[in-house]
Amino acid sequence: MRYAMAIDTNKCVGCSDCVVACQTENNVPHGYCRDWIVESVSGTYPNLDLEFRSERCNHCDNAPCVRCCPTGASHIEQGGIVIVNHDECIGCGACIQSCPYDARYPHPDGFVDKCTFCIHRVEKGQNPACVDVCPTSCLHFGDLDDPKSDVSMAIKDRSWKVLAPEAGTKPQLYFLT
Amino acid sequence: MKTRREFIKVSTVGAGVAALGLHALDLKGMSLFDKESADPASDEDLTPYSTYCEVCFWKCAGWTYVDKKGKIRKIIGNKKDTHSQGRLCPRGTGGLGMYEDEDRLKTPLIREENANGKQYFREASWDEALNLVAKKMDALRKEHGPECLALFSHGTGGGLFSHLVKAFGSENISAPSFAQCRGPREVGFTATFGEGVLSPERTDIRDAKCLVLIGSHLGENMHNGQIQEMSAAIENGATIITVDPRFSTAASHSKYWLPIKPATDMALLLAWINVIIEEDLYDKDYVKKYTYGFDELKAHAKNKTPEWAYGITTIEPDIIRRTAREMAAASPSVIVHPGRHTTWYGDDTQRTRAIAILNALLGSWGRRGGFYNPEKVHIPSFPHPPYPKPTRTWRDAYPEGKYKLVTEVLSTGICDATIPNADLACHIRGWIVYGTNLMASLPDQKKTLDAIRNLDFLVVVDTMPMDITGYADIILPENTYLERYDPLRSSPHREPSIALRMPAVESKNNTKPGWWMTKQLANRLGLEDYFKWETMEDLLEWQLKQIGSSLEEMKKIGVKSFPREYDDLYQLQNLPDYEFNTNTGKIELYSTELAAEGFDPMPNYTAHPEPPEGYYRLNYGRAPMHTFSRTANNPNLTDLMSENNVWINPKVAALWEIKNGQEVWLKNQDGVISSFPITVRVTERIRWDSVYMVHGFGQTNKKLTRAYGHGSSDSELVTKVTLDPIMGGTGMRGNFVTFLKEKPITTKMEDKA
Repeated sequence: MRYAMAIDTNKCVGCSDCVVACQTENNVPHGYCRDWIVESVSGTYPNLDLEFRSERCNHCDNAPCVRCCPTGASHIEQGGIVIVNHDECIGCGACIQSCPYDARYPHPDGFVDKCTFCIHRVEKGQNPACVDVCPTSCLHFGDLDDPKSDVSMAIKDRSWKVLAPEAGTKPQLYFLT
Repeated sequence: MKTRREFIKVSTVGAGVAALGLHALDLKGMSLFDKESADPASDEDLTPYSTYCEVCFWKCAGWTYVDKKGKIRKIIGNKKDTHSQGRLCPRGTGGLGMYEDEDRLKTPLIREENANGKQYFREASWDEALNLVAKKMDALRKEHGPECLALFSHGTGGGLFSHLVKAFGSENISAPSFAQCRGPREVGFTATFGEGVLSPERTDIRDAKCLVLIGSHLGENMHNGQIQEMSAAIENGATIITVDPRFSTAASHSKYWLPIKPATDMALLLAWINVIIEEDLYDKDYVKKYTYGFDELKAHAKNKTPEWAYGITTIEPDIIRRTAREMAAASPSVIVHPGRHTTWYGDDTQRTRAIAILNALLGSWGRRGGFYNPEKVHIPSFPHPPYPKPTRTWRDAYPEGKYKLVTEVLSTGICDATIPNADLACHIRGWIVYGTNLMASLPDQKKTLDAIRNLDFLVVVDTMPMDITGYADIILPENTYLERYDPLRSSPHREPSIALRMPAVESKNNTKPGWWMTKQLANRLGLEDYFKWETMEDLLEWQLKQIGSSLEEMKKIGVKSFPREYDDLYQLQNLPDYEFNTNTGKIELYSTELAAEGFDPMPNYTAHPEPPEGYYRLNYGRAPMHTFSRTANNPNLTDLMSENNVWINPKVAALWEIKNGQEVWLKNQDGVISSFPITVRVTERIRWDSVYMVHGFGQTNKKLTRAYGHGSSDSELVTKVTLDPIMGGTGMRGNFVTFLKEKPITTKMEDKA
């Protein structure tokens, strides 16, 4: 089993609904976020390209945040979901420094926090909150090992890219282009 | 927009302290925080209450999830809802911020003046505030007549205020959504097809093969159903053509982006009409069977060639021809979108007429993938005596026959009828303003203030201390939509349906629902017979019973769909006989109605004023996470976007030596300077002849602690209004601004209490 997410940049309008849905689902305090929008513009007027990306933890196969964690709070759950055990985290911030995606933040309660792929929902067969709320249905989640899963179907027959492949982290967010 | 950059800013400041200090406290068992709040709640531990959203006017239905402690955890779309398909937009998801906002109006307030002449608001009991409103309304009725009362209403609870004002004896009931927004398109489409576009728009985007957006910024304008359907159209491989001087989100998803010179859209539309007629691309059977005036239109468009339009619009003739052919290839599954905020240059009814004509030539009205025929559930009114017939209306402010074609009351017409003039037997003397911040929603603030100064009383009903509340004599604080019952939602759609809004939690403060206020006022004004139900639950129960449902059922399902009464979703699909509600019974390419009123029967291009040297056209629009100023203080949504920026092309920025991120003040052509500075966003996404900002920011009420002084208000810079002679729409895109790099010395317009 390998959980992953595909983000269809041809559909995303950068509305940030994924951000606010994550905040309310996971009680992320105001001023912080587990997922975010990147607007990337290239070219000069009027020959322009614009891409919106809904970004979050890449739940890497080769996760530097897990390797560098001194207490083992950062660990990999079944299906490859990278999780921080809040009770074991001492808030040292090494993982924050190690992440090439800047996906982690220090929670005001004293631990490091990040996207969990809404593991509490996934365990019950539900999608992450961001996936279920997206008005453009541009987010696809599921098990890459299952060819019928939403994410496998979304990636099939489409070109995609991952972020910072040079970091060697084997990220599991697939941006459909 | 929530970007990583913002996040870094927060984390680098707070990291050390939070990580060490607070965690250390926690180790000693002295946590300052409720740790439970950090864990997400399981849906099984939450109770869902039906609602429909009040953050914008798409009114998506959803469920408010409340935990065992009575705290609202989240709001999720109702999967059975045709407006949301179970997916709310960021504003709907962040709607709980409306409830949680600590800056809310919390108790009734009455304006007072102390011995030194200083005005202030005093907290009052509901009885006292309502008695005072009733006393003022009664005095108005006795001294000047009930017609001297007006209601501005933009929001669901306004429906019952409307009922109260009609029972009182006035028809002066208006919303800025007509004269400041979609009015021209409703009048333009009605003149052509005999019917308006309505809300939600009857555009069949999900099945369109070609979607043409003219200044419509879907994706930034986050009307949920349209975004969802645009996404479905993209999935299906539809061609999107976007006309916009700005590289909008929609433009970035388009096959064709036409970076038009601002204010020249009419020339492009006429050139498209020319190509479609001259190249024989129109739907001949449809045009022959249903339209009136094709020969006149053909002659009219004869010389409106793409070459002619090129000189005006800067769009190359080849592109104009190719895009016209794309539309024709998709016909009839093509939508030239009518837009929503259409009050631009004063010839807006005519521009939307040109859009309507184009759709008629393409045969898209009444066809799959074009414009469908919506149906809604008729919800009966609780029996009441007939409304008294007013002898005077807001129209008395205008000479006989002016704006005869308007289909709704003009908000600016109410202002005109409030400012005394010699022709008016009696000017309007009392306003009730429900849920609309007139200082931001009406252009020409000076005129609005002039009208307000001439009022005997101004009552504001709102949840937040918006700018308009500062001018009120009495403020009635309303429950947010998550704390109240409201009238049922019944809006036109493919499938008729109703939705229930019920309170998920008790009132957080000393606020009341609108329905309760209207009933209380009716009792004090001798209008009890119009409100013969006891509570809103009684009223809803009675209404639901009439249409075969019940409150109990609706509480369980939230949304109930009904079968269509008529099987005519695409009423012109196979070219059946059909009579349109126009003078000729046909789709009027040549408008007999406009001709009779002395207006151009077919649209013409007129050149609009251009910015003077050193000035740039002020274009404004929306951001997906905000609804005008009503969300400007919402903690969940300001977290995503806390202020607006002014977009400036890099060439312009270089010319002015302005840097990205720098603060500037804006000054318009009439010398009006923005109250607050605005941060510059230097971006290639904007043309060099215009600037762009998101509407709704730059709030001047200090009680809005997150919104006050954040960004700038486009409304205060819109001092030049170009009126649409056909329907009185307020064209607002003819204002030009320049940049002030130093803080200007200004005098305040007016002191508010």
